Amino acid sequence: MADRSGGVGVSGAILQDYVATSRDAGAGAPWLGALRQAGLDRFQAAGFPSTRDEDWRFLNLAPITGTSFRVADTDAAGVTRAALAPFLYPIPGVITLVFVNGRFAPALSDRHALPRGITLQPLAAALAAEGELVRRHLGQYATPVQSGFTALNTAFVADGLFLRVSRDTVLDAPVHAVFVTHSGADGVATHPRNLILVERGARAAVIESYVSLGQSAYLTNAVTEAVVEDGAYLEHTKIQRESERAFHVGTTHIRQGRDSRGLSFSVSFGAAICRNNLDVVLDGPGIEAQMLGLYMGRDRQEVDNHTSLLHAHPNCGTREVYKGILDDRSHGVFNGKIYVTPEAQKTDAKQTNRALLLSDAARIDTKPQLEIFADDVKCTHGATVGALDQASAFYLKSRGIGGALARKILTYAFAAEVLEEIPYEPVRAALEAVVMSRLEARTEG
Amino acid sequence: MLEIVNLHARAGDKQILNGITLTVNPGEVHAIMGPNGSGKSTLAQVLAGHPAYEVTGGEVRYEGQDLLDMDPELRAQAGVFLAFQYPVEIPGVSNAYFLRAALNEIRKARGEEEIDPVDFMDLVEEKLKLVEWGPEIMSRAVNHGFSGGEKKRNEILQMAVLEPKLAILDETDSGLDIDALRIVANGVNKLRRPDRSTIVVTHYQRLLNYIVPDFVHVLAGGRIIKSGGKELALELEAKGYEWLTEAVGSA
Ligand SMILES: Nc1ncnc2c1ncn2[C@@H]1O[C@H](COP(=O)(O)OP(=O)(O)O)[C@@H](O)[C@H]1O
Ligand SMILES: [Mg+2]
Repeated sequence: MADRSGGVGVSGAILQDYVATSRDAGAGAPWLGALRQAGLDRFQAAGFPSTRDEDWRFLNLAPITGTSFRVADTDAAGVTRAALAPFLYPIPGVITLVFVNGRFAPALSDRHALPRGITLQPLAAALAAEGELVRRHLGQYATPVQSGFTALNTAFVADGLFLRVSRDTVLDAPVHAVFVTHSGADGVATHPRNLILVERGARAAVIESYVSLGQSAYLTNAVTEAVVEDGAYLEHTKIQRESERAFHVGTTHIRQGRDSRGLSFSVSFGAAICRNNLDVVLDGPGIEAQMLGLYMGRDRQEVDNHTSLLHAHPNCGTREVYKGILDDRSHGVFNGKIYVTPEAQKTDAKQTNRALLLSDAARIDTKPQLEIFADDVKCTHGATVGALDQASAFYLKSRGIGGALARKILTYAFAAEVLEEIPYEPVRAALEAVVMSRLEARTEG
Repeated sequence: MLEIVNLHARAGDKQILNGITLTVNPGEVHAIMGPNGSGKSTLAQVLAGHPAYEVTGGEVRYEGQDLLDMDPELRAQAGVFLAFQYPVEIPGVSNAYFLRAALNEIRKARGEEEIDPVDFMDLVEEKLKLVEWGPEIMSRAVNHGFSGGEKKRNEILQMAVLEPKLAILDETDSGLDIDALRIVANGVNKLRRPDRSTIVVTHYQRLLNYIVPDFVHVLAGGRIIKSGGKELALELEAKGYEWLTEAVGSA
């Protein structure tokens, strides 16, 4: 059962905001009103999750549930391209959509002509222009019953990324959706909602960034639904670089069809409390999926990655690698669920999760959760928690490199081993630099 | 340069070295041969200070100091270099960054300034010639995704840049094709100097056609059972190790 106390405490304020938002987006079709209402009803009934819920038991949400968040003002003034520069990556051909406090900011975005068959819009526009298509998908995969956060997001559906790549069409440069919460945003909540449709045989790459200018304490509660149809390919990269006082809850739900391929990359550096939910449903045979992640925690940061992989058909192969670096008094959670139904014969699922604890006070709770009901499967999982690799440490020492410098190099290498699988060199280079600067700050401090 | 006296070592419960005595003078090249499992790598690792091995007896003096009392990084800073039988991969860290960091640690230990980045590039450019490599290798991550041969060559490149006084090469020839073997051996030969000693650990005589040793020692069961000049290697090549190990076993 959910902890009602937190939920009820904020629901009054939420209700007022809800009334304001729905009036403001009031032109919406009746189905949209019904969807939002369903989200609100569910949230009011169940509230936020708590440590009494199995899926949330390692994460103390009190700082979130005890805050009365308000709807963000959507004025983009004060956010400049220059200020955003550290969060943008010079990928050739990249299309950038910037959202300030949850709303699309055309002046900061960088769109150019797209091939036929590709629709790229802010969700707010798509709700009007592509109402029927959006209706068929929105809220069908990430549903309010999954968690109070998804319910709340659904109640506030308004804007985010909408991408549709139609049959056999290739979008060769990635789309980068940047969600920036701007300074002076203490106590603000945003609920970005993204919908990605990659139709049969099509290809797309999407990068979602969640960033902040300044050090405010706000809540980002994002939900992404992605459908990867038969034979299609989606590369999905999520980069969380929120303020270290912020709260980030992000749910990504990817549904893959027969013979499709998917890559999900998740990087978390920011936020006081970060919770990433990644649900991948393999809804056909012959699918390949990879789930890769890197997270870093310092001070008292909390980083919780919950992944869930449903193998429901034969001959699917998945590979999951999550790595974490935890310093100071930070706390990490990794819960990797792999569910293999009786039909899913010849499943090949590999899961690795490794955490590096750089201080005695850093902690990790990890739980692989393999539920396998088919007999002809290959499922492996390995978890390591601890200090740096001994063989590598000795190799460095044998070259004269010991102490803090060796630790820095090996910690960096630990992170780089995942980052090198990021598909875009400029993203990789920028994130490697972030890792390095955090490690440098550590040795100096 | 190096004086090993009655060295005993073990890993966990396994006693591996059972009394090794060996003196290496400046400028000498010693080959250590022996069957698989005889303790050659253990000897090399103990000299470099690998924490998995516990020294249970004997002593090792390096330039008059008690080597076994020094941390591994201090040994490296004092001029001991081990070319690994299985070099470790370090993803994400470029060869250039790694080598410069190593060189600077060694220089700092000698009370010298850190090397200027431009001077470092010049130095590397010159050393790359020794192993017949272009500059691209410097931007690749250390040993990451390298072939077996590339890893061995990279060890020799590191040795060339770090300029040790005592180099220990552990099976640097294994897994090399004839071209790579020639390149690696050439590199080592060009680094021979009157004040630099080398211990070449090898299972096969082949490498010693290229790197000609002053002395050859045969290790079996954690002991040196025979020592001789370079002709001993040829004898081993012709007769194998059995005649020696049997002779010892029946003695
Ligand atoms: N770290 C270790 N732990 C346990 N046994 C070891 C370890 N290192 C080596 N040995 C054992 O010691 C013996 C000698 O090994 P090694 O020195 O690698 O031989 P060589 O290099 O001559 O082939 C072998 O039986 C090997 O299995
Ligand atoms: Mg060996």
